[in-house]
Amino acid sequence: MREALEGSLAIARAVALCKPDVVAAYPITPQTHIVENLSRLVAEGEMHTEFVSVESEFSAASVVLGAAAAGARAYTATASQGVLLMAEVLFNIAGLRIPLVMTVANRAVSAPLSIWNDHGDSMAVRDSGWIQLHCVDNQEAVDTTIQAFRIAQETELPVMVCMDGFVLTHTMEIIDMPSQEEVAGWLPPFDFARKLDPTDPKSFGMLVTPEYFAEIRHAHHAAMTRALPVIDQIDRDWAALTGRSSGGLLEVEGDPAAEVGILAMGSTVGTLRAGMAAHAEAAGPARIIKLRAFRPFPAEALREAVKGLKHLIVIDRAISPGLGGIVGTEVAAVLADMADRPRIHNHAIGLGGRDIPETIYADLMAAIRDPDAPAFSVFDVDLEKLAPEDR
Amino acid sequence: MTDETRLSELRAKFGRVPPAPDEPSPKPLTLREKQPRFEGLVSGHRACQGCGEALAARLVMESAGPDVMVANATGCLEVFTTPWPQSAWHVPWIHSLFENAPAVASGMEAAMKAQGKKTKVLAFGGDGGTYDIGFQALSGMLERYHNILYVCYDNEAYMNTGIQRSSSTPHAASTTTSPAGKDRMGKRHLKKDLLSIIAAHHVPYAASASVAFPADLQRKVRYAMGIEGPTFIVVHSPCPLGWKHASALTIEVARRAVECGLFPLVELERGSLSNVMPIRSPRPVRDYLEVQGRFAHLMKDKDPRAEKERDHLQALADYNIATFGLAGAAQDANDTGGAAAVGRGGPLVGGM
Amino acid sequence: MIEIRIHGRGGQGSVAAAYLLASAAFEAGFTCQAFPSFGAERRGAPVTSFVRIDSVPIQLRAQIRAPDFLIVQDDTLLLDHGITAGLKPGGAMLVNSGRSAEDVEKAFACRAFCVPATAMAIEEIGKPIPNTALLAGFLALTGLLPPAALAAALKGRFKGDTLAHNLTLIDRAAAAVPQGLWKEPADA
Repeated sequence: MREALEGSLAIARAVALCKPDVVAAYPITPQTHIVENLSRLVAEGEMHTEFVSVESEFSAASVVLGAAAAGARAYTATASQGVLLMAEVLFNIAGLRIPLVMTVANRAVSAPLSIWNDHGDSMAVRDSGWIQLHCVDNQEAVDTTIQAFRIAQETELPVMVCMDGFVLTHTMEIIDMPSQEEVAGWLPPFDFARKLDPTDPKSFGMLVTPEYFAEIRHAHHAAMTRALPVIDQIDRDWAALTGRSSGGLLEVEGDPAAEVGILAMGSTVGTLRAGMAAHAEAAGPARIIKLRAFRPFPAEALREAVKGLKHLIVIDRAISPGLGGIVGTEVAAVLADMADRPRIHNHAIGLGGRDIPETIYADLMAAIRDPDAPAFSVFDVDLEKLAPEDR
Repeated sequence: MTDETRLSELRAKFGRVPPAPDEPSPKPLTLREKQPRFEGLVSGHRACQGCGEALAARLVMESAGPDVMVANATGCLEVFTTPWPQSAWHVPWIHSLFENAPAVASGMEAAMKAQGKKTKVLAFGGDGGTYDIGFQALSGMLERYHNILYVCYDNEAYMNTGIQRSSSTPHAASTTTSPAGKDRMGKRHLKKDLLSIIAAHHVPYAASASVAFPADLQRKVRYAMGIEGPTFIVVHSPCPLGWKHASALTIEVARRAVECGLFPLVELERGSLSNVMPIRSPRPVRDYLEVQGRFAHLMKDKDPRAEKERDHLQALADYNIATFGLAGAAQDANDTGGAAAVGRGGPLVGGM
Repeated sequence: MIEIRIHGRGGQGSVAAAYLLASAAFEAGFTCQAFPSFGAERRGAPVTSFVRIDSVPIQLRAQIRAPDFLIVQDDTLLLDHGITAGLKPGGAMLVNSGRSAEDVEKAFACRAFCVPATAMAIEEIGKPIPNTALLAGFLALTGLLPPAALAAALKGRFKGDTLAHNLTLIDRAAAAVPQGLWKEPADA
């Protein structure tokens, strides 16, 4: 049913539709409204779950780890410092191959303290072994959350649903909420084959010597690679049920004949769409590549998507100091062996919640004509604000 | 399958759980039958000779029985029982990290609740995982009132990484990060009074136990197993390697710790002292110190600092005896009159 | 696309106003987007929120720099002359105030109207929360959405006495302004 809903409320309701047995979360801006709404659903008897009000994000992640290991469908949500406090557990969850779903309301990481949106938090744990899916709008966030429970179950991998903090979590827009019947019929009951069970005792999380460690890491990598078609297929299945796709692994939009491509993740894609609609005539058309799956990285699909492009602008919403863009660097690596690969223009924009205006599209398109432009820049930086020695 | 059917299957598979003391029994049991039989932790693991923790964990598992699942913090117990692909556990067991066993156990317990199962969740940690790095998660677990028995195997230092001091290391003990030397007499700080902190959460049951008193330990485990809510037992578990005593002396060393008053065996219910194991004739602390290499520097009679530290430790033991009313002759050990006020600003029991 | 920027102070319900207006637009069959200026909310501190209303899906996520309309929930905010920054030529500003509209129009060189929404709210709902009265006045001035849309949005948010009192309040506020005064853009 179509409703005008705040993003966080919609996510809480989507989670409730998936009927998790255990929810544990610690409030942090801008994820707070998700936890509050889940708490309210539980308090009103609209959601029957063991809601564990933990004392830290570290425990939130640990609680859902234990719950899923014991055979429960489990969910948590966090952001920013919370992601980093969880970091050790996140690697552990993935290494134990525990199926879980977590929403990350993407937010910058301190210092300096910023409560606003960028992708510094989920990027910091990109190598944790979690699946990471990015959402363009709240409809995708709702649909991806539901899909994530099924992806987790089918792959025995944890899934992080990344949605831009504030920009999506605090925005009210129209969302088609699936019905309980739709979700119940589509999402199979949680059944974790390796669960802790006194009638069939197993040991989990053992000490692994060098004789076996490489094999276990290899198996994890292989599982992530095998998850690529699963993510794609589950999105198709969801589209078959609801008529809505969230874009599989990645989606190509805009002008297919364009020589310039722009690759972005998350809500920035919406602003780029609006910018292209408003400025295509003056700034020229582009092919927009909306990257949904950041982990596992859809290398094959990307190589296909960039065919025929002369330029590829890659948007990062985070920075790896001393290197530059993270998505940009990965895209460059993936395309390195392509004969006719596009020239890559990598820019970080919107760091720490810097507003991304509609004019960004024209500005990015104009920047590719600068032959002296560096391979990477913080695009919307105002150097005048810095002391000369910091520029 | 009902819990009873399932339990009897598990008992058939893994052995019998010892009956509780007040459990009616259809016919008199032989002495052998009275021995605990359930093997939750089996032999063949890689613990050191004379490992107090291995013994304590085996005793705990015997009494906890088969219908349990364990969350184990990183530490010796985890490492020596589960070198992949082998495991010494006959119960479902999970190790996640050093500092999160109470939180992992909380999740397991929430999962059991959500699934309507009665399986009891146990959480195990050493003193590093319990007194120090996992302390916050433990406090959260107790505050949220999860139905979990947490057992701390206290060997008074980070033994898994090679004997570094923890907040549970006794005052003046020498470890690799609190070594005795020209300027130092071992650890400069006191052993953290964890049990009082646990009790301050007003949990239904918190107790200390010792591998030297297995019947007492198992009674405490069975008692805690019967409680729906958070319970806590700290088990004094000598580490021959870290304490530097002969492997054959584990039980003797643990017994002396109790008998001198340095490791009092007490029980607290809802935050108040409810029972203690009395010491009929307290031994001097020196009897305990002199059998351990970690206190060797306190045995140098020519060093005036050694005598001072020995006196200090003796004073700590005397304080325990007075505070918990351990001196058996003073009054009935089971008489909790007045004892409930101990540690909560009230008068001390047993004089002083 | 119509873009509306709401200025208020923490505690006056500026974010709620944006959500209500977006809900009303949804009830009237439009697409909508509403969001606050993101930040730590402190009672009494200036707060901005944004609403977009359109008939096609809204993709743009940027803050509203060139609004068609401003709604000002607290007339002390008029001390900041930058409040009308970016207001489109021919745009208009609705202010919660007992002052005369002419004074405001003169000071800011834009179309303006004043409604004593706090006073009305105190009388009708017993609380100094001006947002619903202002929205009703705004919709009556602009004719942007039918009054029933706002009533429907309120029904989705409130129950019982609060709802009943707010429904009375929005009727009163709507009647207190010239209907359709801002229906057409002003001559530039």
